[in-house]
Amino acid sequence: MLLFAVRRLASAVLVLFAISVLVFLIFFATPGVDPAARIAGRNADPATLAQVRHSFGLDRPIPIRYALMMRHLFISRDLESFVNRGAKVIPQIVQATPVTLSLVLGAAVIWVLFAVLMGTVAAWRRGTVADPLIMLAGVVGISLPVYWLGEVVNLITQSRLHGSVFSWVPPLGYVSLTDDPGQWALHLLFPWLTLAVLYAGIYARLLRSELVANLNEDYVRTARAKGISERRILIRHALRCSLIPIVSLFGLDFGALVGGAALLTEVVFGLPGVGKLTYDALQTVDLPMIMATVIYAAFFVVLANAVVDVLYARLDPRARHA
Amino acid sequence: MSAGPWRIAAGHLARNRAAMAGVAVFVVIALACLAAPLYAEHVAHTDPFRSNVSGTTVVDGRTVQVLAPSSTGLGLGVTPIGPTWDPGHYFLGADNQGRDVLARLLYGGRNSLFIGLISALLCCLIATAVGVLAGYAGGPVDALLSRTLDVVWSIPVYLLAICLSVILLTSGLRLGPITISAGSLWVPILIIAVVYVPYVARPVRGQVVALRNRDYIQAAIGTGASDVRVMRRDVLPNILPTAIVFVPIMMALDMLTESALSFLSVGVQPPDASWGTIINDGLGLLYTRPAVTIAPGLCIAATAVALNVLGDGVRDALDPGAR
Repeated sequence: MLLFAVRRLASAVLVLFAISVLVFLIFFATPGVDPAARIAGRNADPATLAQVRHSFGLDRPIPIRYALMMRHLFISRDLESFVNRGAKVIPQIVQATPVTLSLVLGAAVIWVLFAVLMGTVAAWRRGTVADPLIMLAGVVGISLPVYWLGEVVNLITQSRLHGSVFSWVPPLGYVSLTDDPGQWALHLLFPWLTLAVLYAGIYARLLRSELVANLNEDYVRTARAKGISERRILIRHALRCSLIPIVSLFGLDFGALVGGAALLTEVVFGLPGVGKLTYDALQTVDLPMIMATVIYAAFFVVLANAVVDVLYARLDPRARHA
Repeated sequence: MSAGPWRIAAGHLARNRAAMAGVAVFVVIALACLAAPLYAEHVAHTDPFRSNVSGTTVVDGRTVQVLAPSSTGLGLGVTPIGPTWDPGHYFLGADNQGRDVLARLLYGGRNSLFIGLISALLCCLIATAVGVLAGYAGGPVDALLSRTLDVVWSIPVYLLAICLSVILLTSGLRLGPITISAGSLWVPILIIAVVYVPYVARPVRGQVVALRNRDYIQAAIGTGASDVRVMRRDVLPNILPTAIVFVPIMMALDMLTESALSFLSVGVQPPDASWGTIINDGLGLLYTRPAVTIAPGLCIAATAVALNVLGDGVRDALDPGAR
């Protein structure tokens, strides 16, 4: 088990290295792209371009530029923005992380609760109207563009019904958990719900199909033959096994969301998280900022992946030898 | 390849009422979007790509300005005309450049559907090729391809797509004989197709690995059939259902991704429109003219629901185990 964990971690480090190379190449070695032209601005004369190229080390060979960039990112952590000269990238990411974590953690609790409820009830009520209705809700959940849903939620809670039903909804923004836990939750309530809709749909659909497959397994027949009640079989036997693939998917999604996949939700609700940082950098085409946030994102995904695989191996011994 | 299993699957699909409803909704939306020029020219008499800042229109027999001076706040800026519910004049109102929202919606839908369809097909094609190659070849080829897919999949899709868009939108792409100009629809198509390749290729590879150890494949190899022949005649037909199941689901996913990229202004570029860019146009008008935002979102959602329901139907029809 320990050996498995160590091996898994080593491969995670390798994947991270590959990602950093890939992202670096996308930004600084795409054929026909000149980052210096981007930094120097439109219509820059050749002398300015050459100067920019030199001051950013863009005239060096690619492996050296890669090493320089990684040193700025991970060792000296003093990578500077190309747009706001002097603004350090890493502290901004560190500052934005708690916002993103708050958003994703809350949403995760909501979506897992709803998904387990929806998936279990749908599988339990298979053959009745409840099953297709719940699954239709799931399909709608995965089909709504999340940023659009956020806009509509804002329209209702901040404008149309703000005078009556939703007068308690605070204006868009973020309040830190340590400042005021009540306001923190209140500000995040609708972002949580909006973000949870998509994932509740995905997980509910997955859980239902896993449950239905597990209910046809031999061990369920054995349990039935022993006279265990259907409800106990569903919850104690089938649900337990069906949750295993959910755990592995959850790790992936959680990592990706913390890494910035919650970008659209953060933008729509004005939450100053890592995704919003990426979005703002996008508006000004701030390459180091975008690159740093993406590599940071990949770091979370790879980490979450490794943790999930180790957990998975604890849950399911077969995975250790695969 | 006999028509037998395919005909059975088609029969199953045709009897699936939900899937057929999905097809119907999709066809209606697609036809409406295809008819965009007809509507713009002959019904609304408007050019949805030219700003119409000082234009006027007729509502209830009175001539009104399309962009009325704002009456709230400081009185700065303008408020575009809201929905008139009159198919001839600004049925869904105008955007902040005085352009007819319904006409733009129909034109935007053409791009959204086109990008979704082509990138889904492209993605499934590339993914099947990669998956079959990796799964069949095994060894170092498989290791290299699989690890590459893992690495690509470790970067959140939206972030990867954003990175690629930022780069390609400014300079276009020149890769050997292929040249794609920066504002082209092919930029988002290509990007969206590429970022989802691991999503499809990994399950395809898994199936090929399982198939490769089956007796009939071993027998085909044993009789001296070439690798290309085994892949084409024995592996591919068995993989095809898996790839086909992905097409409608991927199209829904690709359309949602396109709309998100366009919303972030790194997808479809003006003067072209898509449902995502129209939602972006509606941002500043959300509280005054919500129709500009709501209508394209409903279109995306309806199309995605239809495609996902169809996708479920196709899966049930092609996968006897799931029936």
